[in-house]
Amino acid sequence: MIEATQTAISHPEVAKITSPSGVEVFRKELQSRLDPNAPLIIVCCGTGCQAAGSAEVVDKFKQMLSGTDWNGKVIPLVKPTGCHGFCSRGPLVIIEPQDLFYQQVTVDDVEEIVNKTILNNEVIKKLQYKPANSKEVIPKASDIPYYAKQTRLVLKNIGKVDPTEINDSIVRGSYSALASVLTRMSPQQVIDEVANSKLRGRGGAGFPTGLKWESCARQEGTRYVICNADEGDPGAFMDRSLLEGDPHSVLEGMAICAYAVGSNRGYMYVRAEYPLAVKTLNIAIHQAEALGLLGENIMGTGFDFKVTISTGAGAFICGESSALMASLEGKVGRPRPKYIRSVEKGFRDSPSNLNNVETYANIPDIITNGGEWYKSFGTERSSGTKVFALTGNVYNIGLVEVPMGISLMEIVFGIGGGIPNKRALKGVQTGGPSGGCIPIPHKIPDINVGYGKLAEAGSIMGSGGMIVMDEDTCMIEVSRYFVNFLVEESCGQCTPCREGLIRMREILNRITQGEGREGDVELLTEIGNFTNNFSLCGLGTSAANPVLSTIRYFREEYDAHIRDKKCPSGVCKPLFHYDIDAETCTGCGLCKIKCPVKAITGEKKKTHVIEQALCIKCMECYKNCKFRSVKIM
Amino acid sequence: MSGTACACQEIECGEIEIDYSLLDKIIRYDYGGNREAMIMMMQAIQRVYRFLPEDAVKYLSQVIEVPLTKIYEVATFYASFSLEPKGKYILSVCTGTACHLRGSGGMVEHISKRMGIAPGKTTSDLKLTLETVNCVGACAVAPVVVIDEKYYPKANIATLNDFMDRLNAE
Repeated sequence: MIEATQTAISHPEVAKITSPSGVEVFRKELQSRLDPNAPLIIVCCGTGCQAAGSAEVVDKFKQMLSGTDWNGKVIPLVKPTGCHGFCSRGPLVIIEPQDLFYQQVTVDDVEEIVNKTILNNEVIKKLQYKPANSKEVIPKASDIPYYAKQTRLVLKNIGKVDPTEINDSIVRGSYSALASVLTRMSPQQVIDEVANSKLRGRGGAGFPTGLKWESCARQEGTRYVICNADEGDPGAFMDRSLLEGDPHSVLEGMAICAYAVGSNRGYMYVRAEYPLAVKTLNIAIHQAEALGLLGENIMGTGFDFKVTISTGAGAFICGESSALMASLEGKVGRPRPKYIRSVEKGFRDSPSNLNNVETYANIPDIITNGGEWYKSFGTERSSGTKVFALTGNVYNIGLVEVPMGISLMEIVFGIGGGIPNKRALKGVQTGGPSGGCIPIPHKIPDINVGYGKLAEAGSIMGSGGMIVMDEDTCMIEVSRYFVNFLVEESCGQCTPCREGLIRMREILNRITQGEGREGDVELLTEIGNFTNNFSLCGLGTSAANPVLSTIRYFREEYDAHIRDKKCPSGVCKPLFHYDIDAETCTGCGLCKIKCPVKAITGEKKKTHVIEQALCIKCMECYKNCKFRSVKIM
Repeated sequence: MSGTACACQEIECGEIEIDYSLLDKIIRYDYGGNREAMIMMMQAIQRVYRFLPEDAVKYLSQVIEVPLTKIYEVATFYASFSLEPKGKYILSVCTGTACHLRGSGGMVEHISKRMGIAPGKTTSDLKLTLETVNCVGACAVAPVVVIDEKYYPKANIATLNDFMDRLNAE
């Protein structure tokens, strides 16, 4: 699936940049070659768009363009880019310089785009974006509320640059922060600037980055710079998007860190489930080394920094720092107690500075614009911006970058576009399997998203997963899902985590199967608190959060399952059945067509009936009924 | 692992020819025989055979001088390694949160029932392996099913039935 990291990627011989000022010279030269008015066809090739067929769209464009008579006109360039973040509308195509936004483009639309838009400057209406509940199209990408309401600092290059072409990144400023660090800053000055920015680790725990660098720099001996790209939280894809869309920002951030802490060896630990990210990174590292921007004697200054990619093998726990370092050494990833921190003794028992992908990607901008500038975004205790993966029951699924402290309702409704299918919002789960569920808008009207505020509400920032849940979501089932996930992923070495999780799963399984007993909730609370208090590593000490937070906010659902043997949301199969409401059913027959087991009968324009013995409760009829006549009983 | 019969014999997969020069290339050349790269060597071996054959693992143990028990520990700790042969087709259902909310759990159940295999297992005719994956990061097009590395966005029971019908007809 993944190419061996050692496989050399062929690239033409390029002249190395031999001085820091050479980066600026090279960028000016590249810029002078660009025609700002030349037509450009940008196709999003992130994992989401690729799943929807964007690679075929790129091929078709290339084929069409080479087969068209241009009559002296400038031939447009087709640029495949990383994830634009607006995944629910993919595949996305943006036509520059007009900034025209086309959504859900298929191979069959390509010919029309070339003939109408490219050759005759004509807009194709059916491909344009219309916000939910609106008839007005929004032609330009930059005017779409989803993008316009974001503050894109970390994501600024994504969707603009071709990640497999380093020159494209250099034109937009990559490696100039590294050049200025190498010419005008001492390592201590770099650390001070990062500390001044108040940047906190974006991986989840929120440890101040400057402080971590400072303590690593103070150690003796060989130091390592490690990037944690083992993004294991289900439903989170910020890091994947950064690695696939703008790998050079991350690499540059790591190189600046290496200079600051006095290291010349870097490791990037990437999840094996992200083959595209590994491939893109390999290309990026080789291109940067060829230009003398990474590797030995960077920019002729004598500073060496070599980055190696290591892939994970499917273990969630390896996102924990000490487990990750064990895995890098080729061992099983079991965390160790942290009385000796990894900045003192980490990878190979040497001082190791480990940060998350997004943390490193923030560094070049902090150096270029200063810590003061960075602090001007966000709040006093949570500075800067944060990228969230907005998923679940929301119109605009994708990546959003917002200043810290923004209102959660604004993210869900202002940027996310609200809840589809006329359903109501029930809550937002943040922080992945170790996070909690925030019951907006009913029990908490709103919350400002920051490290402290989320913790007060019983959740965590985590790496930035944000899962929107509508009224059809069963909170007990969600807790069971997360606990089950953690049972599978617990490394099993400490008892509170291993046993606590298994017992919680047993109880939750019983409840969702209709065999809940009085006292189950109290028992879950007791086990949950014990697990959280006495486990060894970060996974265990937050493992019970999903259970404890749903008990705190959705106690009545637990009671409905245990006492009334009913799942009000219609998720736990033994606790509900579907029935068609005779009063509102119009007999349109859609449910009958959609039912995969032919359990629905009825004549056209007459009330349909579900044969309960055949029904597998797959939701197809419920989801597809236009009149909401399929009821949960 | 050593001492017991190779799992593949139980399901009559036939003898697996181990290409030792290829193993040498992976272990010694690509990764320089470096023990720290053991996980990546194992991944490379698995890419060749689609699982970790016992003889290949024994050879790896000899070359990099790591006890077989340690390799077995690593192979059973990490979810991506398999000590049993995989089917001709690998069907992975994403069970990440976004996919789960949109019904991926029911899809796993459906395939399990119809093909008679639990998640992680292979049909006895070695045609299909059913797997679940925690998140492929394509949440916008949930639920996602991956069949032999091709993504099927917004999959449903009907998509799966189509695939299984074709499989059974083969």
